[in-house]
Amino acid sequence: MYNYNQFDHDFVRNRVKEFRGQVERRLDGSLTEDEFKPLRLMNGLYLQLHAYMLRVAIPYGTLNSRQMKQLAMISEKWDKGYGHFTTRQNIQYNWPKLKDTPDILDALADVEMHAIQTSGNCVRNVTADHFAGAAADEIEDPRPTAELLRQWSMDHPEFQFLPRKFKIAMTGSPNDRAVTKAHDIGIRMVRNDKGEPGYEILIGGGLGRTPMIGKVVREFLPKADLLPYVEAILQVYNLNGRRDNKYKARIKILVHETGIDTLREWIEEVFETQKIHHQTPPAEMIEAIEAQFQPPKFDNAKVDEDKLSKIIAADPLLRSFVETNISEHFDSNHAIVTISLKPIGGTPGDATAKQMRIMAGLAEAYGYDELRVSHEQNIILPHVRRDDLPEIYKVLKDAGLATANVGLLSDMIACPGMDYCALATARSIPVAQELSIAFEDLKLQQDIGPLKIKISGCINACGHHHVGHIGILGLDKAGVESYQITLGGDGTQTASIGERAGPGFSYEEIVPAVSRIIDCYMNIREGKNDTFLDVYRRVGADPFKEALYPEETATA
Amino acid sequence: MARVVYPKIVTANHLLEGDVIYMTASGDWSRKHEDAKLYEDRHEAEDALKFAQEQAHMLAGAYLADAQIGKNGKPEPVHFREAFRTRGPSNYPNHGKQAEV
Amino acid sequence: MPVIVRDSGFEQDTWEAEGGLFIDLEKYGQDVADRDPSKTAIDIPNNVTVESLKGLFVNASMIRIPFPSFADGRGFSLAKQLRQQGYEGKLRAIGHLIADQYGFARVCGFDEIEIDDEMAKRQPEEQWLARIPKQDLSYQNLLMGERPLRNA
Repeated sequence: MYNYNQFDHDFVRNRVKEFRGQVERRLDGSLTEDEFKPLRLMNGLYLQLHAYMLRVAIPYGTLNSRQMKQLAMISEKWDKGYGHFTTRQNIQYNWPKLKDTPDILDALADVEMHAIQTSGNCVRNVTADHFAGAAADEIEDPRPTAELLRQWSMDHPEFQFLPRKFKIAMTGSPNDRAVTKAHDIGIRMVRNDKGEPGYEILIGGGLGRTPMIGKVVREFLPKADLLPYVEAILQVYNLNGRRDNKYKARIKILVHETGIDTLREWIEEVFETQKIHHQTPPAEMIEAIEAQFQPPKFDNAKVDEDKLSKIIAADPLLRSFVETNISEHFDSNHAIVTISLKPIGGTPGDATAKQMRIMAGLAEAYGYDELRVSHEQNIILPHVRRDDLPEIYKVLKDAGLATANVGLLSDMIACPGMDYCALATARSIPVAQELSIAFEDLKLQQDIGPLKIKISGCINACGHHHVGHIGILGLDKAGVESYQITLGGDGTQTASIGERAGPGFSYEEIVPAVSRIIDCYMNIREGKNDTFLDVYRRVGADPFKEALYPEETATA
Repeated sequence: MARVVYPKIVTANHLLEGDVIYMTASGDWSRKHEDAKLYEDRHEAEDALKFAQEQAHMLAGAYLADAQIGKNGKPEPVHFREAFRTRGPSNYPNHGKQAEV
Repeated sequence: MPVIVRDSGFEQDTWEAEGGLFIDLEKYGQDVADRDPSKTAIDIPNNVTVESLKGLFVNASMIRIPFPSFADGRGFSLAKQLRQQGYEGKLRAIGHLIADQYGFARVCGFDEIEIDDEMAKRQPEEQWLARIPKQDLSYQNLLMGERPLRNA
């Protein structure tokens, strides 16, 4: 867990002061709305459909109980008593007022948080594996590097007015839980032949109008070279990225149009210059960052597994929770708990102030004071003792936070869609709500098995629909909401972009259409371990298309 | 198929509050769609938009939206996006303008 | 009258009054190469490669980089590259920059910014001076030793 030093404190306070001044200068006419807009966006403030929206950074998704409690306080004091956790590991408030925003930012600074660069055409909040520092399969914790990149990107003088936004994601595990292949830069912690730690760097991934899987630009980058290398990528992008068309301005288009090999040459050339002109970050700074991400001092008393399994076996609901929402920790006495923010019929990613306080309390009591936000819009307790699981479950259950659906059908990603977002072309939240109600029986969901449904309310794909096993994209078709289905997407280490199934469905038709896909899958799968994605990759789209469009296929 | 051309209203968001607002016949601003002045004439609508944009000190993002006379004789939205703006989010019926009705 | 913004405040532009000339890069030829470099400024577009300009470094004492819109950040990278490639003359930004960008421009290597009269009125001197780079608040300086290159 990173704690601010005096420099960080001073930086964030100064930034709030600057923004307070910018709001005043907007009101006195010094700044036009056109000029103010990118400045407020760089401080996380959007103007949405019904109100402003403030997007608060939770760098690499890590926070402590004090911060979570402050997020709850802010939601009650300046918003409507809840917050929305997003695919960018941020929290969004849907109802702040412009005049209150500087005060909200000060309240965030009180707990070492900020909203800097959560929007705008700059380097955004760096995301990372939400199981970082806890997962059994991890090679190395990516968060010290993610924190270094956070610091490097803050108010970077050269890269605040890029052609378009720029997203960096990191993972330290072979199992990619951070969708690194769908980011402008994806970074994997690797070791070279000599066993030295370094990074594999991918560029040009992204979803949106032109979905692309990132390409490897550097197979092995020594750790010390990270900042000059990233500077080089950004400088090449800033000078050469397209600025004539907003939909072609991301680095993925530059990669596509220039070719990865040519671009690699440009980057390497600039990299050589950057190395000459910049010092390597002082070793004591790097060590100071790394020291703050050491694992907590675990309580190593051996868990009485016999006793625990009896308790679990005695309560079918607890058992189902443990089977579904618990992941393997690298320490055998500990476990990772995923708290689902996807209650049946609820808004994916929303938590009330009361729920935030309960999760913070659990982190304090059982979780070494640590919480995570996942890009799948859930909250994680990364380190809990296994024998505390029954008690944690009880507290979660009483708070409506024990839905045992992680990784299952109703654990959907949905962007805010047209219920909030000014860019949306259709709603996504109510589609998620109705789908989860249609499949409310968790036993049925468990039978269906691992399934990722992801819903976006417009082509910008904040709901990651391209990498959903079943993706749903809401569009405006001649003044009516229309939903397009993609199949076979995957956001992990075996990433692939979903394929369009065919013509769209109306709002009323979309839930029955998804049901037909599920029925089809259940009919053709060869046993329970034959997952939806396995089946799709084996049999292709045809059987699902027949299920989706029975009449057309019958007459064809 | 010829596209239907609808009359326009001028709408924006309140600069400090963020709330959806509509320009009335007197050039003031109301939070209710039904108070909006409906412009049948395209040039009049564009002049009204210019007038709105000059009030940058109190609003942001002014634009023209399609509207038509509804059953009660007052303007109502044509597109579902504008209809949502008159109400609020569908997942929280107690949030937004719909809560005030 | 355009206004020149520097760390010392607003100034009038004396370049042309003192015999200086602005020459478009595309009109640059041998005849101007023979001119006195101390009276020569080159206007470059913001999409040239610095490599192609290297030969001109000794022939001009000022390079002017345009900002067609404050949202077009190419000029920042271009200035940085010019400095990294050894250009030591004056670097001036011209066009639509806002006071909030003054520090970014300075750290990237610009010595000054040329703004129009309307902007100078709307965003008066103190708004620009408030954004003189604060090196003690720069992560890039802290991590990589990035600092304003000059303000000659």
